[in-house]
Amino acid sequence: MSDDVKALSTELAREPQSLVFLRLGEVLRQRRQFEAAARIALHGLERHPHLADAHDLYARILADRHDYERAFDEWDMTLRIAPQHTGALKGLAFLYFKIGDLTQAEAHLETASQVAPDDPSIAQAFAMIRGEAGAAPPAEPEPSEAYEGMPSGDAPAEPTRLALQLPDERIFAGLEGAQEGLLLLDAAGLVLGGALKTPEGTDVTETVAAYLAGVSQEAARTARLLGMGGWRGLSAEGQGGHVYVAQPTAESMLLMVRDRSVPLGRLGMLAQRAAQVARAWLERQR
Amino acid sequence: MSAAAGSFARALDVVTRVRGVRGAMLVARGDGLVVAEQLMEGIKGGAVAALAASLAGRLHRTMVTAGLGPSQFWHLQCDQGALLVVPAGETLLVVAITDPEVNVGLVRLELLRASEVAT
Repeated sequence: MSDDVKALSTELAREPQSLVFLRLGEVLRQRRQFEAAARIALHGLERHPHLADAHDLYARILADRHDYERAFDEWDMTLRIAPQHTGALKGLAFLYFKIGDLTQAEAHLETASQVAPDDPSIAQAFAMIRGEAGAAPPAEPEPSEAYEGMPSGDAPAEPTRLALQLPDERIFAGLEGAQEGLLLLDAAGLVLGGALKTPEGTDVTETVAAYLAGVSQEAARTARLLGMGGWRGLSAEGQGGHVYVAQPTAESMLLMVRDRSVPLGRLGMLAQRAAQVARAWLERQR
Repeated sequence: MSAAAGSFARALDVVTRVRGVRGAMLVARGDGLVVAEQLMEGIKGGAVAALAASLAGRLHRTMVTAGLGPSQFWHLQCDQGALLVVPAGETLLVVAITDPEVNVGLVRLELLRASEVAT
């Protein structure tokens, strides 16, 4: 055990409630001792569940272990606690970049640059993203340090490589009627594609479509009354799962349903991607 | 001030002290009427309450039908703000109207606390 790890471990043992676990976890992560780093981070999170830096540390470790789905959740949680956390903003930018969603990656970096305008790693990451168009197919990315500056050579992964993203084919399968928890409706609540079943397997497509008719108009009226512009999405949390309603076009609605293992923030991202696919599908039907 | 009015005011205080919250209301689920409110000037509480109750009803029926259980929290994201809602018992909704940059996770937690205070 090296001296600094030993010293930090001793300090943590002496004061288990202290924040020294952040330094110890980071040192272990940088040495690629990911198992030990994760143990330290999780112990820290047990004691400090609302500490944004602890979630950020754990997300970095998960990203280094290529567990991008959980890394996304941890960075998402970090931003819920501290919306201007630059580490989480850069981390999410990295994950979006990896799945090829350069618009979202750039948006997160833009926010990070407003918070930390002098951070050179953000400018470096911007430069790489903006030079990414037309890039060659990527090699397997190396996440370590990438979310701190996204150095060149870490190009977006193929879309199907990550669990973070639903492959377009699957979403289309849902829209065509597979049991994906995706439902595409017109403004009057008539089903355009997809299907919805209860966990017990009962088809509730038509009933749910009828209940959702009018949601779009009411959401738009509410937004207008409040002077908030247009509405972008409506999410709801239930005891057995979450739903997200998006608006692919002015005349349509998309409902995505997932169990509670999918956090609301991520569900929103998935639903907006599904809405993009639905929009393209609707345009092809014209 | 009656005991109920006092607890309603405390419930709304919990929500409105969060940075970025423009106002909060307690709304009757059944008829969409405002029960108590703490709103910034210019917000049309009555109309927003009616729409929030209607949306809550649609979402509730959707989620129960889909086998997801009753809605515990919902969030309407708009270009320049958001509406966040949590049920309080069988008869009330706690509604928050927020700026776009608000910490949604924190408002959600405070809405859940407010729902306990109000019931």
